[in-house]
Amino acid sequence: MVKPTRITNAIRALRFANGEMTQADLAQRIGVTRQTVLAIEQGKYSPSLELAFQIARVFDVPLDEVFQYPEQS
Amino acid sequence: MTYEEKGIWVYLVVAVGAYGTYLAIVLGQVTTVPIAGIDYVPALLWSIGASIVGAIVLRILVEILGPSDSYAADARDRDVKRAGDRLGFWPIIAGALGALVLSVVQAEYFWISNAIYLGFVASAVLSSVITLVLYRRGI
Repeated sequence: MVKPTRITNAIRALRFANGEMTQADLAQRIGVTRQTVLAIEQGKYSPSLELAFQIARVFDVPLDEVFQYPEQS
Repeated sequence: MTYEEKGIWVYLVVAVGAYGTYLAIVLGQVTTVPIAGIDYVPALLWSIGASIVGAIVLRILVEILGPSDSYAADARDRDVKRAGDRLGFWPIIAGALGALVLSVVQAEYFWISNAIYLGFVASAVLSSVITLVLYRRGI
């Protein structure tokens, strides 16, 4: 029923590289619940483009350093 | 578990509980009273009323026992809810079509009312279950 996303992300690594930011801290800064940050990290939820940009802005990195999409084989 | 996900659980439990109670009351009369004579309307109205009040009370109790971090729905909550509602909507259509057929064949009001009520409850249960699965497995 649910098609798994092919998008991967480096949010967890970026959180730790940014002063061990907690999921709750990130969630509060982008205006979502902690569970939503967890779901995004685990690839269970693909955020909207706007939310993706907000996440990248929190870490002050380009979007493709946060989210990656594999090349078509 | 988010505030919204807890709300879905409450909705599911109340829908099943209220309809189960209604069925128990009505089916209890089936063996002793002809279908046309079953006094189902008070039980139906009471179960609808009790499910509304019960959902409010249970929702408050759940939050007292385990307060949520946040009470606002976010984008994921809305996406999951929208998908659950879309995929779980068809029993309402089935119930309405069933009621239409029953009215065309001039069936007892009992069957028409219960076809519609079953459609609503089945939709509530199906959309809740799908929504909860989407919360767990992802969307």
